[in-house]
Amino acid sequence: MIAAQDIAFLPRGVRTHKDKVRSADVLLGPERVLVLDQIGLAILSRLDGVVSVAEISEDLAKTFAAPRDVIEPDVIEYLTDLRDKGLVHVRQD
Amino acid sequence: MSVRIDPPLAMLAELTHRCPLACPYCSNPTELLAKSVEMSTEVWADIFAQAAALGVLQLHLSGGEPASRKDLVDLVAAARDAGLYTNLITSGIGLTEKRLSALEDAGLDHVQLSLQGVTASMADRIGGYKGGFDRKMHVAEVIRQIGFPLTLNAVMHRENLEDLPATIEMAQRLGARRVEIACVQFQGWALTNRVALQPTREQVERAKRTVAEAIPRLKGQLVIDFVPPDYFSDFPKACMNGWGSTGMNVTPDGTVLPCHAAMTIPNLSFERVPDSPLHSIWYESVAFNAYRGTGWLPAVCQSCERRDIDFGGCRCQAMAILGDANAPDPVCRKSPGRAVLDGLLEAEAQTVEVPRFVYRR
Repeated sequence: MIAAQDIAFLPRGVRTHKDKVRSADVLLGPERVLVLDQIGLAILSRLDGVVSVAEISEDLAKTFAAPRDVIEPDVIEYLTDLRDKGLVHVRQD
Repeated sequence: MSVRIDPPLAMLAELTHRCPLACPYCSNPTELLAKSVEMSTEVWADIFAQAAALGVLQLHLSGGEPASRKDLVDLVAAARDAGLYTNLITSGIGLTEKRLSALEDAGLDHVQLSLQGVTASMADRIGGYKGGFDRKMHVAEVIRQIGFPLTLNAVMHRENLEDLPATIEMAQRLGARRVEIACVQFQGWALTNRVALQPTREQVERAKRTVAEAIPRLKGQLVIDFVPPDYFSDFPKACMNGWGSTGMNVTPDGTVLPCHAAMTIPNLSFERVPDSPLHSIWYESVAFNAYRGTGWLPAVCQSCERRDIDFGGCRCQAMAILGDANAPDPVCRKSPGRAVLDGLLEAEAQTVEVPRFVYRR
């Protein structure tokens, strides 16, 4: 699993894209297309290569007025799954 | 009941059938198209724009060897202008440092490099191209320096399945993010070499164990996608995720196909994109609607719990093995055609002397 203090980022070759035909946000990577829901987009749009997973969770908690200790495990699970698919990379600061 | 037709996600653009390699497992048709019928840069650019407007998100530039096209950089730029995620499927032959750097400037997203073997002697023998391996290793190094995300794509068969662990190691060494281990699929030219390429059951079992061990071990470092050999499976692949559901293939002269090998199916005629708009080919053409959905499936498939998982499997395989594109894929254990496939495997297992490769020249 990714740790809360890790910095997750979209590596080169992985990007979000506005799909006008399907009216959806999608994540494009090598041989992969993922349709993003509102939460997925909210997480991925905060990956700037600087902030940690913990800081992203804090920000999301504020934005969606939800407790951080509920949000953080979901963010970690989501990003870990994308890392296992090769769509997210992680570095320790 | 009419079938709901979703927009396509992917297009495989066969820019050319020309290729410096002569792989015995080539899945392109036995009869290749000549350079004289290849489409111009402008026509391809228009096709990419039509594809994006239709909903295509991913474009795979393939061939033959796409680097054999002098206008490859312009084609990549046109694809990115159209808003497509652009993947180059190449053997590396024909790519120089200068050209790779120009491809980077043009916005190429990803490179998929084919691997014919993990040693020069094996790779050059399989590819039928002396010096090819050394050039490929150099290209891989330049790809790494530039920072292109890289997938290594290895076609595995009787002669190289023992090198599977070394293939996975090579993917790591070259800095690949993904490795595609594709056991040979018997389409096109590969059918000529089926006996020489068909792995043994023991090899297949060993390969499955190797992959099952490597996937969790390399999690987070290397993604491993494994395509098992069809003939040793119990159920067919959902070919193209279902005919006319997800992707399409454009040949060098602009013929639009529901799958790579669809032209082997007689009685289907395929339209060309310069003559008809891509939109109408996808939604309205007879060929794309021929096997769309599950309504056309025979009774044995209609009552099957896997009907909506594999859609009766591969039409071209049914054609190649049974001579009937409307039959269930003979890989399926529940299909009457399986006996024919088992007969072939049995006969191949009895073969005392494995035939020599027939190279694609």
